[in-house]
Amino acid sequence: MNERENIFARIREALTLKAHAHHGHGLPTVTEHRQVMPPVGATAEEQFALFAKNAADLKATFKPVKDEAELGVELKALAAAEKWQRAATHNGKLAQAIAKTLVLPTILTNDGYDKHELERCDVGISECDALVAQTGTVLVTSRSAGGRALSCLPPHHVVIARREQLVPDLSAAFALVKQKYGGNFPSMISFITGPSRTGDIERILVLGAHGPKKLTIFCVG
Amino acid sequence: MSAPATHFAEDAKRVAHDLRHRGIIQTAMGKYEVVRDQRKLWFQDWQGARNLAARTKFEAINHLDKHLAEFARLLESRGTRVHWASNAQQARDIIFEILHAKNAKVVVKSKAMTSEEIHLNDAMEKAGYEVVESDLGEYIVQLREEPPYHLVFPAMHLTRGEIKDIFQKKLNDAPSDDPEALTMVARRALRKKYLQADVGITGANFCIAETGMISITENEGNARLTAALPKTMITLVGIEKVLPRLEDLAMFLPMLAVMGTGQPLTCYNTMYGGPRQPGEADGPEEYHVVLLDNHRTLLLADAEQRDALGCIRCGACLNVCPIFRNVGGHTYGTVYGGPIGSVITPHLRGLQDWKHLSYASSLCGACTETCPVKIDLHHHLLQNRRNASTPKTGKPSLLQKLAFKLFAGFANRPSRWSLATKLGRFAQRFHGVVKSGAFDPAQGWTKTRDLPPVVKQSFREWWKEQGR
Repeated sequence: MNERENIFARIREALTLKAHAHHGHGLPTVTEHRQVMPPVGATAEEQFALFAKNAADLKATFKPVKDEAELGVELKALAAAEKWQRAATHNGKLAQAIAKTLVLPTILTNDGYDKHELERCDVGISECDALVAQTGTVLVTSRSAGGRALSCLPPHHVVIARREQLVPDLSAAFALVKQKYGGNFPSMISFITGPSRTGDIERILVLGAHGPKKLTIFCVG
Repeated sequence: MSAPATHFAEDAKRVAHDLRHRGIIQTAMGKYEVVRDQRKLWFQDWQGARNLAARTKFEAINHLDKHLAEFARLLESRGTRVHWASNAQQARDIIFEILHAKNAKVVVKSKAMTSEEIHLNDAMEKAGYEVVESDLGEYIVQLREEPPYHLVFPAMHLTRGEIKDIFQKKLNDAPSDDPEALTMVARRALRKKYLQADVGITGANFCIAETGMISITENEGNARLTAALPKTMITLVGIEKVLPRLEDLAMFLPMLAVMGTGQPLTCYNTMYGGPRQPGEADGPEEYHVVLLDNHRTLLLADAEQRDALGCIRCGACLNVCPIFRNVGGHTYGTVYGGPIGSVITPHLRGLQDWKHLSYASSLCGACTETCPVKIDLHHHLLQNRRNASTPKTGKPSLLQKLAFKLFAGFANRPSRWSLATKLGRFAQRFHGVVKSGAFDPAQGWTKTRDLPPVVKQSFREWWKEQGR
């Protein structure tokens, strides 16, 4: 017998003894989840405001912009203020177009890239799959956001989202992932909640432990 | 006493008297308690959430075979190699085989308690690999050649000064003892390692059966980079970590964050379902998942304590435990410390050698009350005490029998009880002379505690005085 079979044999043998279900039977429904989880507000406006508040609490920068023209202006201002020399992005329609307007040496991650070069970039500009109001979270995947490293290796992660990508809660975000990718999931799905942080030294908060020190979320529309 | 029991007793005594240690732990825990309690209020119904979490874990663990088979099947269908290890040796062999095949030299790791369980770092270093822990706390204790102090905060017992010293000694780079400056030292050092590493090793917080994914919760981005840059990725995870459905994470991720660190959600919660897929920009060419039993099935076979396999390793029971806070994380001498460690270690490593941990508890029940998945921790400690007793140790000694007989003789007769109270009141006046010394009859108690005074007036005396 191989180890897989040995382990399964032990599991099945162990489970012949029945345990008492002290807290009830059956998997909870999403409705049951929503009855206990943190509230999100009923309207899209409330949820938008909640996202903005959560992002601020997390020390992320949240910037709603009315259209792509304003996005371009804001991004250029940011590039100038932080003196970006190199940028990285991916072939997302919105991200690539807007990155082009920066007129900087820019890496596109999609078709493979040199990781040392990506590490030298000042900013990674990516799109996302959703913004989650409940927790101020940005949902990215290896397919929507130019791979695994773009949103984590450069010191500043800039997210370009559209207002209609806002979902109320984590339950809705997981439902969206299932619906969007079905049986062909991206190899990485990441819920990003604020810039990278640590409290490992005397429980004092420090931003930018290994991932980005800054997270800026532009929301178009 | 077993060797681990002797170590425990000695270290507990030493650490409990260490006021500096106490100060550090109390400061850290004080900060944690405030934010944790705020976040619990953020939920519409925290107790309801605990119930649902316990129900979900019950379903997951009691149908482990079904969920585990589905998890492995889906992972394999998308190009992941799934390995099965019954024990630590097999897990190490599997990992070494991969390292060898890939001709690896540098290995970068993100936090994995399972790797502590199989002593992986030690084995890899002895075999000549360069192994770097990437979680800041883990990196610090690795440099100090210490085991992690706590499940969630590995370097909780250290001050910034001590961390500066070790960085200066091992990295020759410690500009100041400012936490931010120290974090940046680690950031610079580890960036090089991510780029150099041939293999990345991670743990996992959850295994999703429905979609064939592992889920990693972290704050620093170190696991994200470990899973993104090296060409080969290995995840070492216990077989009990399954959750049935993807949407179960909508509840477990915030609950883990609230209980673990007091955050609403940990910074990065990431699901991995395979190596780099066609059309993707990056990610490992090869992905291996090593599923570890290592006596978990023994715990599964104990229907009474099976719920302990539902543990999400948030560390909340450690944080509230008066024993943990007094004796510290290293005293346990186990991979998993605190109440959950005291419950599961006798199952994982032998009941007779580790039964002393069942007594590392005041049975106050704070652990059970805080546990987000409602593991009946303090009752399991009692059950372990019962299970560890043998026909020999299970019987009271002659002295114990005599003592209880004597006690019963007083407690059953009001006149004798009243006499004993009066005598006690009288004798206590002279207690100061012998207190906590060799001639103190209550020495076992008074060595470390105060003896409360006998009441000035008993209820019966008061009743009589009222003239009723």
